[in-house]
Amino acid sequence: MLMDAVLRRTAVGVLTLFLVSVLIFIGTSVLPGDVANIILGQMATPESLAVIRDKLGLDEPAYIRYFIWLGNLLTGDLGISKAGAGFGTIGTPISEMIAPRFINTLRLSAAVAIIAIPLSLTLGLLAAMYPGSRLDRTITFMTLGLISVPEFLVATFLVLVVAVHLDLLPATAYISGKETGMKLVRALAMPTLTLVIVASSQIMRMTRATVLNVMSSPYIEMAILKGVPRKRIILRHALFNAVGPIVNVIALNLAYLVSGVVIVETIFAYPGLAKLMVEAVQTRDLPLVQACAMIFCATYISLIFIADMASILSNPRLRHPK
Amino acid sequence: MSPLLEVDDLRIHAQTDEGAQVPIVKGVSFALNRGEVVALIGESGSGKTTIALSALGYTKPGLEFGGGEVRLDGRDIVSMGAEEKRALRGQQVAYLAQSAAASFNPALTIGEQVTESTVMRGLMDQEAANQRAMELYRALELPDPELLGRRYPHQVSGGQLQRLMAAMALCGKPDLLVLDEPTTALDVTTQIEVLKAFKSVIQQEGSAALYVTHDLSVVAQIADYIVVLYSGEIQEYGPVDEILNRPTHAYTQRLMAAVRPPPAAGQGDEGTGEHRRDVPAIEVRNLTAGYGGKGGSKAIKVLQDINVTIERGHSVGVIGESGCGKSTLARVISGLLPAMEGEVLLDGEPLAPGLRKRNREELQKIQFVFQMADTALNPKHRIDSILGRPLEFYLSPGRREKAKRVADLLQMVELPTDFSVRYPEELSGGQKQRINLARALSASPEVLLCDEVISALDSIVGANVIELLKRLRKRTGVTFVFISHDLSTVASFADDIVVLYAGRVVEQGPTDHVLSPPYHPYTRLLISSVPELRVGWLEETMETREAKAGIDRVVELTEVGCPFFSRCPLAIPGTCDNLTPPIRDLGSRHKIECHRSLEEFRGEA
Repeated sequence: MLMDAVLRRTAVGVLTLFLVSVLIFIGTSVLPGDVANIILGQMATPESLAVIRDKLGLDEPAYIRYFIWLGNLLTGDLGISKAGAGFGTIGTPISEMIAPRFINTLRLSAAVAIIAIPLSLTLGLLAAMYPGSRLDRTITFMTLGLISVPEFLVATFLVLVVAVHLDLLPATAYISGKETGMKLVRALAMPTLTLVIVASSQIMRMTRATVLNVMSSPYIEMAILKGVPRKRIILRHALFNAVGPIVNVIALNLAYLVSGVVIVETIFAYPGLAKLMVEAVQTRDLPLVQACAMIFCATYISLIFIADMASILSNPRLRHPK
Repeated sequence: MSPLLEVDDLRIHAQTDEGAQVPIVKGVSFALNRGEVVALIGESGSGKTTIALSALGYTKPGLEFGGGEVRLDGRDIVSMGAEEKRALRGQQVAYLAQSAAASFNPALTIGEQVTESTVMRGLMDQEAANQRAMELYRALELPDPELLGRRYPHQVSGGQLQRLMAAMALCGKPDLLVLDEPTTALDVTTQIEVLKAFKSVIQQEGSAALYVTHDLSVVAQIADYIVVLYSGEIQEYGPVDEILNRPTHAYTQRLMAAVRPPPAAGQGDEGTGEHRRDVPAIEVRNLTAGYGGKGGSKAIKVLQDINVTIERGHSVGVIGESGCGKSTLARVISGLLPAMEGEVLLDGEPLAPGLRKRNREELQKIQFVFQMADTALNPKHRIDSILGRPLEFYLSPGRREKAKRVADLLQMVELPTDFSVRYPEELSGGQKQRINLARALSASPEVLLCDEVISALDSIVGANVIELLKRLRKRTGVTFVFISHDLSTVASFADDIVVLYAGRVVEQGPTDHVLSPPYHPYTRLLISSVPELRVGWLEETMETREAKAGIDRVVELTEVGCPFFSRCPLAIPGTCDNLTPPIRDLGSRHKIECHRSLEEFRGEA
């Protein structure tokens, strides 16, 4: 039963990824102009366009081009960017452009995850342990307030206070990739702080709601009547049953960190993947847009897959069938 | 020697949102000695659970102690601090809840939960506690005592879980057990087993028990003293013999009157036949149904080869243990669950298997009354809109006509007409069930499918609903299909009985025939398992052959042979487990599906 569930989820994940790749391909194909146009620019002669198209296989029908693209994608060849065109070559391989940006984004996401997840779980559990208490009301008030504020406002506000008034940290988070130690920490601090605030609020709310919901079930009352102390009730009896929903909201927030941080990366001029995609759209670099979109979707789907696995594994009915 | 537990002028009240105090327990006093069982009896709202929980120093959320003392070994529990109370719970006083299925944490192993309270306090190490648990599993006659601790709650049956909760309570060797309706949710056959286990374990361990129930027949088997409660006050208090044989208080007498007699022939409510026609109202032919089978999942059959004829104007009781497929049968007839094979005929015309394919007239003719009125009635809708919705859908009356119909319906279920402006939460359980009935009747159906409509109600309220159903069918001529696990209820109400076992009809026919010999062995087991209102019944019944052979075994739907084989005292090895039993027609529509012949049944009787 467990294997069935795992296999089914895997199949659904792969299918979703495939459908997404079709959508991305169609989406970028219906835009006017093709890569040949983009590389050679508006003033290109029909002859030179034809040469490039032939070289890139752009004359083939769409579905063949799709499968070529998909095949390249699967073998790790993300294609060639328009960047570098005009220097006699067709362009830079996209993988070379994406790699450092992706590492930057992962760095930021990891920093946020390491801080946000324990912080929000602790706060959520504390709030659920003493519902209606002053602690709970304070936590609830703060998180509801922060959820309601859009992240660009949080980011701008932080820049205003921390960078401009207090002059503690730099207002931008540009890194060249060679920074280490304190320098790296200082560069990452502001975007990390912004994202921690945004992501924690949601995880914390969900933890509180789920644990409270479990706390009202008869087996918790039973545990109380067995004389189990409050801490053990929360950590051993309640948390185990709340894992599914909590892991899901954590996964959604992590996925958002990788793909949805365009605004934060832009505000702090942080050279991450989302910012690269924005640049690619601005310069109409279609192969690069395709590659970024595929990476975002793959991350998203894998994280959701992991969350699903976690909730399946936390369900004793599936782990221990009759 | 002073009593183990003394409840002295106990008062508990509820705190409303407006700050007012509503008294729930109004000065209750009684005492409990070591080795005794005291039963708290009364209907829901009588405060019996609230009083029982006070022995653990606990009140449900929203309630608080308002005065009096609850002394355990002379120490007042009410005035104890939180830590003192916690030290008491699970060690000196242990609690058994009504629903073991809900009271076991699904994510933790049974063993951890049984031993938790003891190990957590360092009274035993895990090893010793496991040993103790294993002894208790043996004493409670649970299967596989060595491996049971490592299993999860969903891996054992409901009856076993209920006994495991007893093990959980007894693990810390408590002085006092508080049992809150521990057998109410069980089938009669399982109830016997659990009652017997409780009784012998209480005797062995020498602990005292506070037993909360609304079922007098159960009380007769287990209690030494009875406290009869009504609305938070004691009505009568005395030894079990005295209260059961010479009840003095009017309320106790009413409770006794609501106890249904053991099922027997002659209680049935024969239809007058005035609504009968040549064509039966519902005919189920060669029906097989179940769940799954779509999207690659394995199909699980719940009903197999069912043939049932339901005459117009009759009431038919469908009976069997939980999991036998009785609710599934109602779902198939109503169209909620399309059948896998076979067909359902309404007035002789075949019905489409699924709801979507049925036309409005067909939908109107078959209505469903769900078990839980609480969940079936939308809490945000007023009663007039709950009753008006089906009226509009099927009959599209004018505004004035609709109001009149709603008033008629309320009168029909014997509720005041001004209830139409109320909301479900303002009604009591019995009143909600009446609205639930009226909702089904508002479509002017020909067939009413009632799924366990009184099993969630108290005995007095339930008895009133049954009387209402009897009057309704005389007045309206509606055909009732009445699903229940309670044979006494069915016996007092139905013209015909259909006995289901593991998805097959093992016996069917007019109530008086089914309930008088010869019986199918399973029908006999069901009849003999219904507790009787007299002391000593439990011990006598446990000695009968049916009980020894047939109680609480795994029920499985079998592809070959008779499904009852493993529990049947009359089973013929080699035949019953290999061949599908023949249907024996005993005349007057009475049929038994069994390999044993009529003569053999008679010889057994």
